Amino acid sequence: MEEGVVNEILQGPLRDVFDSKQLITDISGSGNNWAVGHKVFGSLYQEKILEKLRKSAEHCDCLQCFFIIHSMGGGTGSGLGTFLLKVLKDEFPEVYRFVTSIYPSGEDDVITSPYNSILAMKELNEHADCVLPIDNQSLFDIISKIDLMMNSGKLGAAIKPKSLVTSSTGVFKKRQEKPFDAMNNIVANLLLNLTSSARFEGSLNMDLNEIIMNLVPFPQLHYLVSSLTPLYTLADVNIPPRRLDQMFSDAFSKDHQLIRADPKHSLYLACALMVRGNVQISDLRRNIERLKPSLQFVSWNQEGWKTSLCSVPPVGHSHSLLALANNTCVKPTFIDLRERFIRLYKKKAHLHHYLQIEGMEESCFTEAVSSLSALIQEYNQLDATKSMPVEDLPRLNIAM
Amino acid sequence: MSIVTVQLGQCGNQIGFEVFDALFNDSHCPGGLCSKRENEAYQASCKERFFSEEENGVPVARAVLVDMERKVISQTLSKAARSGRWKYGQHSCFCQKQGSGNNWAYGYSVHGPRHKESIMNLIQKEVEKCDSLSGFFIIMSMAGGTGSGLGAFVTQNLQDQYSSALKMNHIIWPYGTGEVIVQNYNSILTLSHLYRSSDALLVHENDAVHKICAKLMNIKQISFCDINQVLAHQLGSVFQPTYSREGSFHYRRNPLGDLMENLVPHPEFKMLGVRNIPQMSENSLAYSTFTWAGLLKHLRQMLISNAKMEEGIDWQVRPPLSGLPPLGKMSVNKETHFNTSIANLVILRGKDVHSADVGAFKDPALYTSWLEPVHAFNVWKTQRAFRKYEKSAALVSNSQSLVKPLDMIVGKAWNMFASRAYLHQYTKFGIEEEDFLDSFTLLEQVIASYCNL
Repeated sequence: MEEGVVNEILQGPLRDVFDSKQLITDISGSGNNWAVGHKVFGSLYQEKILEKLRKSAEHCDCLQCFFIIHSMGGGTGSGLGTFLLKVLKDEFPEVYRFVTSIYPSGEDDVITSPYNSILAMKELNEHADCVLPIDNQSLFDIISKIDLMMNSGKLGAAIKPKSLVTSSTGVFKKRQEKPFDAMNNIVANLLLNLTSSARFEGSLNMDLNEIIMNLVPFPQLHYLVSSLTPLYTLADVNIPPRRLDQMFSDAFSKDHQLIRADPKHSLYLACALMVRGNVQISDLRRNIERLKPSLQFVSWNQEGWKTSLCSVPPVGHSHSLLALANNTCVKPTFIDLRERFIRLYKKKAHLHHYLQIEGMEESCFTEAVSSLSALIQEYNQLDATKSMPVEDLPRLNIAM
Repeated sequence: MSIVTVQLGQCGNQIGFEVFDALFNDSHCPGGLCSKRENEAYQASCKERFFSEEENGVPVARAVLVDMERKVISQTLSKAARSGRWKYGQHSCFCQKQGSGNNWAYGYSVHGPRHKESIMNLIQKEVEKCDSLSGFFIIMSMAGGTGSGLGAFVTQNLQDQYSSALKMNHIIWPYGTGEVIVQNYNSILTLSHLYRSSDALLVHENDAVHKICAKLMNIKQISFCDINQVLAHQLGSVFQPTYSREGSFHYRRNPLGDLMENLVPHPEFKMLGVRNIPQMSENSLAYSTFTWAGLLKHLRQMLISNAKMEEGIDWQVRPPLSGLPPLGKMSVNKETHFNTSIANLVILRGKDVHSADVGAFKDPALYTSWLEPVHAFNVWKTQRAFRKYEKSAALVSNSQSLVKPLDMIVGKAWNMFASRAYLHQYTKFGIEEEDFLDSFTLLEQVIASYCNL
């Protein structure tokens, strides 16, 4: 809802990739106010957005899903973004809605981000098919780790410039890049790997609709924690099996998750492993067997693994792994968000900016926070089953 | 008589290619340890069953390829065309773009009715090319969405439309852990539906074939291609032509009919498994020799101890003393248990095959009490060797060997069902809890029937 970012894209190296007729901008921005984004710009631009969506959809032989990419803490992405979610659901009910959401970190400079996030969460709960939460702090930590590795020269042989997940032009030092480019590159790679099996051949394909089918056991529990490995490769191209196995181990470590979470110490509802490159089914099975004992799966899904093999590796790598986990380790993020919200809301700080928008009332806030509480409660109930022994239920008795 | 193969989904199409490739390569294998005339008759018989001819002389597989997304079929078609020796008909494919999302309900209730006409038309065209039809061989997996759901739908329609033709479904049993999370739901829905509409279910378990690749073929990094090739070898050893009578040089004309007649005497018992020995890497083959006595001894012990390959056989398992009832009814939980059969078919190919003595398979202790060995056991012997194996012995059996895997799948599906997990994905497309319960009931019945043999 302001022109700066979109204009930059139109002047940058990717300007030909985007159809300029499919861009919608306004002047003043949403002022980091979810209500402005959702209610004001929502109603203002609904028709225009729908028209452009329909036009894009017409070009598709078979439309399978929408990717919505936004942040939770701001005004446009959060407000208008979630408004769009409802529009998509009504207009294209059969098409899946995949949302990549950047959650605000602890040290977030937008004061109203807790309000925006909670209001957006309610929409995500109700209208998204699948959400991949990501937070800036985790991305930043990952980038720092890579920098540290490179600078310390610990790895002996030089790292191939193109081998970094984050480097796009082959120049890894002296970036003239914007500060967020490296972090965003990681998210870009996430989406790339997510769709790799749909774009390239492999011996065990996995489409986007399969992700939803396998990883969303109950409609409300559709938040997936993601991790990407490896983040760099060594100059040595001939990767022996131990390095390959390291890739699998890393995928489960809390340092590789794209959100502050520790899946290993929480409960798994389901897990998907999407492998690219020269990896075969036996490698996959070996690693699942190896890692399984250290992971806790919910009682009714002890073998809750979904796997895919895509033959084509990402550029500069010989193989890569994307792990998506439906795991109760998202709970702390939500609890944290709720805390921050409550601290702000108790003092009614900045509330007038929202309430002065037509259509906004205090009930919007209370409904949003109870929606989040209900979600947290679901995760609590699952966590309670964590240490219980797994028993087989009595089966049907057949009279012979 | 000809067999029309229907390949469904990624699994069905990837396997289908390997099967036709194995059949073709074997029938054009030089030598074969028999006379030129026999060889030519073998080739002709194989061709009649599996390939039709096109104008330029390249054999075309008698197959219909179905998938709900394009990539696998394109790959399959081009792999066959590249070989230059045989190919698929370019109009024998049905493709869509969106896939089935590993959702049995979507494959069965959405894709099925939507594309029924197109798919059945393709099959009809293939059937018309046959002088006479022995039946259908349907290759599918249970774990996914297309092979399982659409496969069940297609099989049902084949039963309606071609009621006098036989249907054998080749089913791939998924790995015990994790290919697809909802694989157990998809499996029970598939099995229960197929049990009602198919004539026989020939099962290959991924876990078992994987072990063969690891232990016998010595493959270090096992790929699905390796697995499918081992599988294709086993199927080839069953489906390639066999003599109709001992000493005659006429090959059997009705492969599916003969298989069903020998192996499925009762409609309650349809689950068939196949074992084939020896199976090894080509390098080892050059240095190995076998005797029929040795092969048959191993094969028999594999049968009664329920081993799926010739390594690690438990020689302690013995049949109960004849005349006495078996030691208690089969319990799924006991580790070593004697595997009772309903029917067995031994198929021998190669040198000196007529000297092979299969008497040990005629022991009534191997079989359930309500069937005499003379009805329960059959052997087909053919001089012509299979691929590079001087002697090859295959055993197709209808026995208790699939009870344990079936019980495991039903158990896991039941646990998941009790928590209602993932059910919304199925009810969205018209498969209700009742349908699940029906499936559970039918399969518990099958398990009980097999246990009580």
